[in-house]
Amino acid sequence: MKAKVYVTFKKGVLDPQGKAVGAALESMGYHEVKSLRIGKFIEIDLNGLSKTEAEERLKEMCKKLLANTVVEDYKVEIE
Amino acid sequence: MKFGIIVFPGSNCDHDCYHAAKHVFGQDAEYIWHKETSVKGFDCIILPGGFSYGDYLRTGAIARFSPVMNEVIKFASRGGLVLGICNGFQILTEAGLLPGVLMRNKGLRFICQSVYIRVENNQTIFTKAYQKGQILHIPIAHADGNYFADKDAIKRLEDNNQIIFRYSTKDGQITDDANPNGSLNNIAGVVNENGNVFGTMPHPERVCESLLGGDDGRGVFEGILSIVS
Repeated sequence: MKAKVYVTFKKGVLDPQGKAVGAALESMGYHEVKSLRIGKFIEIDLNGLSKTEAEERLKEMCKKLLANTVVEDYKVEIE
Repeated sequence: MKFGIIVFPGSNCDHDCYHAAKHVFGQDAEYIWHKETSVKGFDCIILPGGFSYGDYLRTGAIARFSPVMNEVIKFASRGGLVLGICNGFQILTEAGLLPGVLMRNKGLRFICQSVYIRVENNQTIFTKAYQKGQILHIPIAHADGNYFADKDAIKRLEDNNQIIFRYSTKDGQITDDANPNGSLNNIAGVVNENGNVFGTMPHPERVCESLLGGDDGRGVFEGILSIVS
């Protein structure tokens, strides 16, 4: 089973990296770029779990390690 | 007094801390490999600066799960003294021993320079050797020192006097220009509610001898040593 985890900054948390990349696109002529935020994408291969179990376990992984919930949100997708 | 300096893979200020404790202050000091499962016999644990686990995922995120950290957390909950410097501060926030998080510097650059900080609270073990409002000149060396916590957490820190150091100008003004990394409220160091766990981005261990450019960091060690005298 494959899972995709997206970790992104919470709303209102400053993302200087995203800001810099957004400004770079703007200076390259992509004036349509209104804002840009950078997050992390994590692919996980899982063994021997039902989908419901996997969801539970993945949430736990996110809370404990993959995301710092003080400043980050996470989203889990299972294929 | 016996200092234990935790060595994670990627720690690189462990020797500076050891040198300060052992040679400058003449105390017992030992390195503790991060796979150890006991911190018995130590009076103060230092989490040194560096790039534990290459800063993979987030600074301090993986080191926080090193086996020795369970013992450090127990040690802290029993009232043991824990000092986290730079990467050590980042690890303490990830471990939940200190509130907040150290994010990427606002200017995105790694900053290595001496900065001025103001002692906000000298009623802690770690700062009792200083005067309240004293200005210290202490080096920083980090890419992720931008202190952030939500509004409620910041209010609690302010209300409880848990903010120990703030970035300031040479004459002690707290301004945006004096803030090197974008930290909320110019926060450079905080202590936990019980006052026994202290995290600081500036490196006191690097300025304990005037031969090495200054001795403004001595007070942190003098404060710690005062608990046995």
